Amino acid sequence: MASLKDMRNRIASVKATRKITKAMQMVAAAKLRRSQEAATAARPYAERMAAVLGSLASKVTDKAGASPLLVGTGKDQVHLLIVMTAERGLCGGFNSNIAKLARSDANRLIAAGKTVKILTVGRKGADNLRRDLGRNIIERKDFQGVRQLTFAHAEGVAKRVLEMFEAGEFDIATLYFSEFKSVIAQKPTALQLIPATVPEAADAKGAGALHEYEPSEEEVLGFLLSRNISTQIFRGLLENSASFYGSQMTAMDNATRNAGDMINKLTIKYNRQRQANITKELIEIISGAEAI
Amino acid sequence: MAGTFRFELVSPERVLMAVDADQVVVPGTDGDFTVLSGHVPVISTLRPGVLDVTVGGTRKRLFVKSGFVEVDPSRLTVLAEKAYDVDELSAATLADELKTAEAELASAKDDTAKRMANTLVSELKQLSARAA
Repeated sequence: MASLKDMRNRIASVKATRKITKAMQMVAAAKLRRSQEAATAARPYAERMAAVLGSLASKVTDKAGASPLLVGTGKDQVHLLIVMTAERGLCGGFNSNIAKLARSDANRLIAAGKTVKILTVGRKGADNLRRDLGRNIIERKDFQGVRQLTFAHAEGVAKRVLEMFEAGEFDIATLYFSEFKSVIAQKPTALQLIPATVPEAADAKGAGALHEYEPSEEEVLGFLLSRNISTQIFRGLLENSASFYGSQMTAMDNATRNAGDMINKLTIKYNRQRQANITKELIEIISGAEAI
Repeated sequence: MAGTFRFELVSPERVLMAVDADQVVVPGTDGDFTVLSGHVPVISTLRPGVLDVTVGGTRKRLFVKSGFVEVDPSRLTVLAEKAYDVDELSAATLADELKTAEAELASAKDDTAKRMANTLVSELKQLSARAA
């Protein structure tokens, strides 16, 4: 049986933990708001880009001559999985959910006889996949210590991906990240990057149909397709960051609540024990007095 | 031609500027062109250069680093990866950009990339010469 002193210590330690998780929850909430703002602010660019790209791509009829970024290399032998996760843990199932989705896809592809290459963005994803898919990880990129994600970060990743594509190192690239649905719901998502998943052509207005293109439709399309990679990666990074904080906030909220429950239980146990001790001592004194 | 049109400058990170402009000079890949209200719809890529925006008689000059523009009769949207206000551009940022641009030029493989990097370097040099 734990002594009273042990129990007091235990309660103190759980209280300290609760303070930490509470603080982390509040920090995550503040950062979540910032990330959400960043994601919202980035939306106009991505939307315009998608609209123009959609209307242009729908006009491409000559599949053979089109950019391989749009129609692919014609093969699907080598797959590149870009797995984006967070740099840190303590966020519930956030990192493992993304890794789980990527892992199941990777295993499916390997079982089908394809070659799988993995590029991880963020430390946790690499750590998570290292054990069973370590041989497939060809490169890892970390954004440790980065405070504010900027487009330059996404561009760095995109540049590397494009280089590899031009060198013929893979045929199909898929991006794994967590889509931010709401504070409590984040959905691990796979998005095919190369060949590009082209959004449905713009609304009935058919905005693109009337435009003139400079220098030429093909060149504009080519330019947009390579930009699109950076934009999609940037979007993934932002969604991921918002999801991470959302997930961390929920996890820390749960932890705080659990710590509270635990403190209550321990306190009740402690008081019972204390009273039992007092009663025992009283009985001892009384029976001692009676014996005289 | 009288009248204003909506001018929006959008970077991947946020909307940098949204005003009703009278006239905007756009540095297109195939040459500069001026957009007034009622312009023919055009989609063009940008070369690194200076956007000259006139709003109610005051001119504002913005340096843009590649991107593309979408022109409608009543609207002009510039999607640029990076944009700086020329007047607020500090010598340090300029030198920084120039350095990355020169590195890009050195590592550019194909002709298009080389030409783009080259324009960027020369535009930046011009700007820093003016600032000095």
